[in-house]
Amino acid sequence: MNLEDIIKPENCVFKKTELLNDKPLSFCPGCGHGVVHRITMECVEELGIMEDTIGIAPVGCAVLAYEFMEIDMQEAAHGRAPAVATGIKRVWPKKYVFTYQGDGDLAAIGTAETMHCCNRGENILIIFINNGIYGMTGGQMAPTTLEGSKTATCPYGRDTSTMGYPLKITELVAQLPGVRYVTRQSVHTPAAVRKAKAAIKKALMLQAEGKQGTCFIEICTNCNSGWKMSPVQANKWMEENTFKYYVPGDIKDEFKLLKNPIAND
Amino acid sequence: MSELKLMKGNEALAEAAIRAGVDAYYGYPITPQSEVMEYLMAANPVKTTGMVVLQAESELASINMVYGAAGAGKMAMTSSSSPGISLMQEGISYIAGAELPCVVVNVVRGGPGLGTIQPSQADYFQTVKGGGHGDYKLITLAPASVQEMADFLKLAFDLAFKYRNPAMILSDGAIGQMMEKVELFDPIPRRTDEQVYEQCPWATTGRKRNTDKRVITSLRLVASVQEAFNQKLQNKYQVIQENEVRCEMLNCDDADLVIVAYGSSARTSMKAVELARKDGVKLGILRPQTLWPFPIKQIEALAQKVKGFLTVEMSAGQMVEDVRLAVNGKVPVEHYGRMGGVIASPAEICEAAKSFLNKCK
Amino acid sequence: MAKVRGAVVVDTEKCKGCGLCVDACKFHVLALSATVNLKGYNPAYMVEPENCTGCTNCATVCPDTVITVYRAKAEA
Repeated sequence: MNLEDIIKPENCVFKKTELLNDKPLSFCPGCGHGVVHRITMECVEELGIMEDTIGIAPVGCAVLAYEFMEIDMQEAAHGRAPAVATGIKRVWPKKYVFTYQGDGDLAAIGTAETMHCCNRGENILIIFINNGIYGMTGGQMAPTTLEGSKTATCPYGRDTSTMGYPLKITELVAQLPGVRYVTRQSVHTPAAVRKAKAAIKKALMLQAEGKQGTCFIEICTNCNSGWKMSPVQANKWMEENTFKYYVPGDIKDEFKLLKNPIAND
Repeated sequence: MSELKLMKGNEALAEAAIRAGVDAYYGYPITPQSEVMEYLMAANPVKTTGMVVLQAESELASINMVYGAAGAGKMAMTSSSSPGISLMQEGISYIAGAELPCVVVNVVRGGPGLGTIQPSQADYFQTVKGGGHGDYKLITLAPASVQEMADFLKLAFDLAFKYRNPAMILSDGAIGQMMEKVELFDPIPRRTDEQVYEQCPWATTGRKRNTDKRVITSLRLVASVQEAFNQKLQNKYQVIQENEVRCEMLNCDDADLVIVAYGSSARTSMKAVELARKDGVKLGILRPQTLWPFPIKQIEALAQKVKGFLTVEMSAGQMVEDVRLAVNGKVPVEHYGRMGGVIASPAEICEAAKSFLNKCK
Repeated sequence: MAKVRGAVVVDTEKCKGCGLCVDACKFHVLALSATVNLKGYNPAYMVEPENCTGCTNCATVCPDTVITVYRAKAEA
């Protein structure tokens, strides 16, 4: 069997969703943002909710998310995405609203907006990308930077005695009654990507069912540029180090009985 | 039905918001404007018109909620007082940069810092000169009565949507707190979803199949693109400057000296004009109802025939700079004001005007 | 059981050569090219095409969605 016999439209089993356009992503090679962009758009496409979905982009590496995602989007000020999402959801309660935020945006400058949005139980989805560093500004310490990790603003390693501790904001958020589904995922292996996608799809479906409560999905990714490793090394480092502190898995799930919504994988 | 009521300025503004068909109010309590949200919460308009009222965790959150709702085509507003408005400046700049229509109300108190809770007009510069970063303008309305608190709320939304530009109602603690009779306009139904889709095709309400996505952003990474956008804004501001100036002129026809004052200061100055006229001193008053666009032409015209202008402001003198620019050296312009929450009495304004007029002669 | 054959098509000019697909492929189908694309990256390509089962693992981890995957039942 020749390649020409295999490479035919009817044999295609994986192609890019139409909700992600052809512009080259502005991320570094191997960055997890691209995968999360894709699976988020795949979920919107597969659920058929494009016409009612509004996304909020953050400030940080994903600031240009709206350039790549082919859905209606708003670009929020740094850290304010949950407030912007609240503003939209309250006046369009039947729309699907999600924020896409990094660790600096969500867990540092926007902590108040994050906590209070979750505490009000806004019926939105927060997608939180945790790579433990400020990527866009050149690799400075994030609230989530692990103890001892070296960054541009903690060149001798994060010293918790003066710089505080890596913030488990996802565990904090899970304490709030307004939050109904909290999970920590990653996108560093094919299996992890499929699980993360299932989580996003489930959270969007919960909005569809009008379940009152915030869904919060943390996705641990590498920042291989910031960590100064190759993409493959960075993913291995994440497995060996990040996951010890930021343990993957569901943290809170009030909808356990809901059937696993994953459709195509 | 329009009806006559005795209300506080803050309450009249809140009632007007419900009647104007506003979709959402997002706010945070601060003296002296807390009655706005208190009134709205008590009225519970979600049950009648469907208007959402939400107490946010901060002014930062409030203004960003307004950003979200406005970006999704809805009539959204917030209100605060000076320190809270300072916190909102980031959001206001983004709203201007994304060309979103919304209304922000500032019931001004004395500053700087935590300042006082008494009325002041010290936020003039912040409002009309751009309190946040970047080249932008806020359509700024200055109510001088409880009636105008109600009427300007609707006017502010009309102008905001007409030009896709944030509008500010620059009130003060006296106008917000005082009670007067007010004739409330007939309620206007909130727009239906279909009307929002039709009126705001730019809004992010969900991308329709076979149409382009809509993006609300103030980010333009290419310098030439940002400059082109800045130019577009400036062109819009030019149109607003030419078409939307509103001011009231009293006793200006034969005046030797014209007082320029807005808001509470205009009210006390009107009394001062009366006192002066009794003494045979020909005072007039020009009361800008829009602080931006500023009544430049009206002041220019008066400058041809009067001997001087006196601005009366509850500040160290801020609007006086704009009056001087409009007068352009033709006649003397001076400022009289009290600061820190103190309101000048008509008598002291009258005295200040008389002594200034003597110097002009 | 019919044998399944797969193939991938890499958008060579958009590939950033991160190598995550190479690492994700259990059958060592993919490698990074010795030549560079216009952006200066070494794009992925099928070095052992016969091993491909069309499992989509490579495309699933690709951050830039430059991989399209095809799968067909091989004739007996």
